[in-house]
Amino acid sequence: MGVMTPAKPNSAAEAALSRALNDELADKGFVVAQLDKLITWARTGSMWGLTFGLACCGVEMIHCWMSRYDLDRFGFAPMPSPRAADVMIVAGTLTNKMAPALRKVYDQMAEPRYVISMGSCANGGGYYHYSYSVVRGCDRIIPVDVYVPGCPPTAEALLYGVLQLQKKVRRTGTLVR
Amino acid sequence: MAETLQELGEHVAEATAGAVTAHEVRLEELMLETTPDKVVALLTFLRDDPKCLFKQLIDICGVDWPEREKRFDVVYNLLSLKLNRRIRIKVATDETTPVPSVASVYSSAGWFERETYDLYGVWFGDHPDLRRILTDYGFEGHPLRKDFPLTGFVELRWDDVQKRVIYEPVKLAQEFRRFDFLSPWEGGIERELPGDEKATKAS
Repeated sequence: MGVMTPAKPNSAAEAALSRALNDELADKGFVVAQLDKLITWARTGSMWGLTFGLACCGVEMIHCWMSRYDLDRFGFAPMPSPRAADVMIVAGTLTNKMAPALRKVYDQMAEPRYVISMGSCANGGGYYHYSYSVVRGCDRIIPVDVYVPGCPPTAEALLYGVLQLQKKVRRTGTLVR
Repeated sequence: MAETLQELGEHVAEATAGAVTAHEVRLEELMLETTPDKVVALLTFLRDDPKCLFKQLIDICGVDWPEREKRFDVVYNLLSLKLNRRIRIKVATDETTPVPSVASVYSSAGWFERETYDLYGVWFGDHPDLRRILTDYGFEGHPLRKDFPLTGFVELRWDDVQKRVIYEPVKLAQEFRRFDFLSPWEGGIERELPGDEKATKAS
């Protein structure tokens, strides 16, 4: 039930690496690392998610931070202020009337910034695709990094999306976006 | 219950002297019909009369009947907490005939009337602040009218050159398709639906 932590593969090798790292630190007093790796490591370890809950997806987004899945343990904390946030989670139906406000909030976020589009409505209009008042996907307004499908996606699915985003940040490893 | 409502309907029709053009009890709910010029007087009566005491305005909504000459119904739903009763009042109107605002009778009516105006284009005379309430700023048309297309006329996207959200005519990659051919709401109710043969027939 719930989230299970799989047994670490090859824990002996990891222990050896850890010991080597400790020895090096004790011998020389410093450790050499690649700067971009270090930066992406810090970046993925401290992501503040802007909670842009627009509809029922917002409830699942909250679940994701609650005790069962606990996004905080991935260094992903909720942050209602755009100026301090790194990742915007667009959770729910984006209506025409809300679209300029969404863009305004996105523009207030500091670089580097990322966007997770959560749920069918944010991905492409979803159930309201043919409506006169709904934007057919929030990527018409802001650039999106990760799309989480579902209606609404489970908290677990959003968690997976967050992990995918962290993977993307680690892989691209750019300093300027 | 039905008799009580019937009596109430007769009482209201009698006491308001011609304001009620029709009253009927259906599905244990009382419904009155009236005309635009009498609606304020009728609602004031329903609020204050000791046999009615409908002190709460639950909702004002609209109905569009495109085939009728007076194409709109404005529907007022009232509740009497004191007597535990509900009542519905209908007024027929068209695009140009204003219905007097009842915001002076029920303070909650202001926003309900704005909503009805927004979605149906029913005009409320002497409304204190008749603006759109739900649809987008600068929206054109009244979306709950039957002749309003489902997808509307404009869609919007962010324009990276102009640095603002712009409106464009709707371009759909795929037309709207209705897959639910068996829905009883689509007029196929006389036909036997799949699985009906297994049901026990009502004698």
